[in-house]
Amino acid sequence: MATKINADNMHFKDLNHLVSSAGDRDIIIENTLGQRYIGTRASGKNIEVHGVPGNALGAYLNGCRITVFANAQDAVGDTMNSGEIIIHGNCGDAAGYGMRDGKILIKGSAGYRAGIHMKEYQKHIPVLVIGGRVGDFLGEYQAGGRIVVLGIDCENECPVGGFCGTGMHGGAVYIRSEHAPKGLPAQVKCADASPEDIEAIRADIEEFSAEFGCNSEELLGSHFFKLSPNTANPYKQLYVNN
Amino acid sequence: MPVNFFPAQFEVLRNTDKCIGCRACERQCANEVHYFDGDYGKMFANEANCVDCQRCVCICPTGALKIRPNENAFRESANYTQQIMIENYRQAGSGGVLLSSMGTPKDYPVYWDKMLINASQVTNPPIDPLREPMETKVFLGKKPGSIRKNPDGTINTELPPHLELNVPIMFSAMSYGSISKNAHESLARAAEELGTYYNTGEGGLHKDFYQYGGNTIVQVASGRFGVFKGYLDAGAAIEIKMGQGAKPGIGGHLPGEKIREDVSKTRMIPMGTDAISPAPHHDIYSIEDLRQLIFSLKEATEYTKPVFVKIAAVHNVAAIASGIARSGADVICIDGFRGGTGAAPTRIRDNVGIPIELALASVDQRLRDEGIRNEVSIVAGGSVRSSSDAVKAFALGADAIYIGTPALLALGCHLCRSCHGGKCNWGIATQRPDLVKRLNPDVGYQRLVNLVRAWDHEIKEIMGGMGINSIEALKGNRLMLRGIGLNQKELDILGIQHAGE
Repeated sequence: MATKINADNMHFKDLNHLVSSAGDRDIIIENTLGQRYIGTRASGKNIEVHGVPGNALGAYLNGCRITVFANAQDAVGDTMNSGEIIIHGNCGDAAGYGMRDGKILIKGSAGYRAGIHMKEYQKHIPVLVIGGRVGDFLGEYQAGGRIVVLGIDCENECPVGGFCGTGMHGGAVYIRSEHAPKGLPAQVKCADASPEDIEAIRADIEEFSAEFGCNSEELLGSHFFKLSPNTANPYKQLYVNN
Repeated sequence: MPVNFFPAQFEVLRNTDKCIGCRACERQCANEVHYFDGDYGKMFANEANCVDCQRCVCICPTGALKIRPNENAFRESANYTQQIMIENYRQAGSGGVLLSSMGTPKDYPVYWDKMLINASQVTNPPIDPLREPMETKVFLGKKPGSIRKNPDGTINTELPPHLELNVPIMFSAMSYGSISKNAHESLARAAEELGTYYNTGEGGLHKDFYQYGGNTIVQVASGRFGVFKGYLDAGAAIEIKMGQGAKPGIGGHLPGEKIREDVSKTRMIPMGTDAISPAPHHDIYSIEDLRQLIFSLKEATEYTKPVFVKIAAVHNVAAIASGIARSGADVICIDGFRGGTGAAPTRIRDNVGIPIELALASVDQRLRDEGIRNEVSIVAGGSVRSSSDAVKAFALGADAIYIGTPALLALGCHLCRSCHGGKCNWGIATQRPDLVKRLNPDVGYQRLVNLVRAWDHEIKEIMGGMGINSIEALKGNRLMLRGIGLNQKELDILGIQHAGE
């Protein structure tokens, strides 16, 4: 059985209380309209969101799967710890801020500041896959994990905005494109992805394709760039003891 | 051979009559200053390495050592001081940004020392805390603006979440990584025994310290290190760090060499990579965005914990605090520019921000003027050095104070301001196991308890002298203060009269 919640005109506090106290594993939220923090303190739930959720969807998410059948707004998966967020549309700014594990799959495009300060830890490796294009400041301060930008339907230009990877000191960004991002900072290395690199993202792309009905072999057969940091200690030489 | 442009900053004076050649100084000095030369059969010192931490002086069994500033002097200039000249030499030699630690040593006005406290005479007699009850317990959180009644006519006593402090003094945020595990344990155990709180800083909460969660404020900063549901649930309150008094507008940066196994586990990041806290939260560009983060934390913890917002004292602090008070925060922590740090660019530490006394007074006044003072409690920090500073802070409007540097002094810190080097001989600001073990948490926590109990007693005595028997009655009671040697503008900002008025 699934718990159905009609979120029409409901305050986020009441909605989130219903979600976290629901007895069923499966929860279907209907008529969602901008309610924030959906799923934030629940765990082990499978949440379907119909309508547009508000900011900070799945903040601190701890083991839920959230599927959104529309666009999502800002700060999706902020400081996410584990679980999955699947968005059948576009999403706003600051997706995956500080996420440590779990997956965010976005069918469409993402706004500015996606994947900032993503980090990995032991076996926890966060993954952010963006189907379309992404705005400026992608992967700033990235400390771990994988960001994959597929650039579907924007094959004629680089699908990544400016100022990508500033302060990056871990993890990797994979970009499916013939056009390398411009203006990368000195501490970010941009190379053609090797067959081993493609293998590293094969499972992510297959999962993305299964969710959204794409041809994974076609995507995997394309050219990718891989961005990775030159050093784990980008600021080591910056200081002198006084 | 290249010429070194400046000499050692300190001289090691060894009284050879007293020195017994036990080499304790050599073993104790992580900076490798002292060494024994077998050919000469005596101790020597590599003075260039000395940071004047006083460890060898304190440990020397015969009192044979003294460290003092090098008496050598560059040609005197009140403008180009020796310190500025040396800093330029350092930068010319390295190309680096000057990095320092702890609070600024520069000679800025200390307004605590320019305010005097009132006492009762004849009328409204003083109170003796030894024979009459004195209340130094405080509660931090939102206070209702009006009395609310239930439908049946009874008074609604439901309050937003509060922290109860048995003493109005908390230990300010110092992360595990910037300070050692033994230092953290000392703070945690002292907070528990005192019935107050310590603050994790932004470095996460070590698994061994979850047991002190009831006395822990867990911090969420831009790097989000170690932040997950279990961490948020563990703390008694959550603090969002927007800024730090010693380095307003600057993020944190724990170098990879300090990220050893335990720190890595606590921060939930790999070993050896830098832990970078960006200067801004990249999801906060407005008070509305801050409100979003505050409520995400409240949602994550089911509205059971107060949420603090910590900011550095900067020019527009009153307007910023007004915004924070309206953003849903329960407590605003203001950190003055003389506050300490484990590492900050020297130029930032010494030149950015404003003193806590002025910031606190203007924030308290602004919130009163706007009728929203009850929406938040105010915690003042950033160089509250003594119980009398604390009393003055309460009279300027603080609900409680944060102490960092005095807590470190209790643990043995001698303010050598070399935390960023990671070789703290007192076992505080280091992750080197051989140094960390020098700080015994059984002793450390007791010294912290002693310090705060002594301050608490002094606060009671000073309050008693004023004829005031609770922090609540002292809070914002600026009639209890008079300025000494302050100009009218300073008096106006502090909201106090001059001595004699």
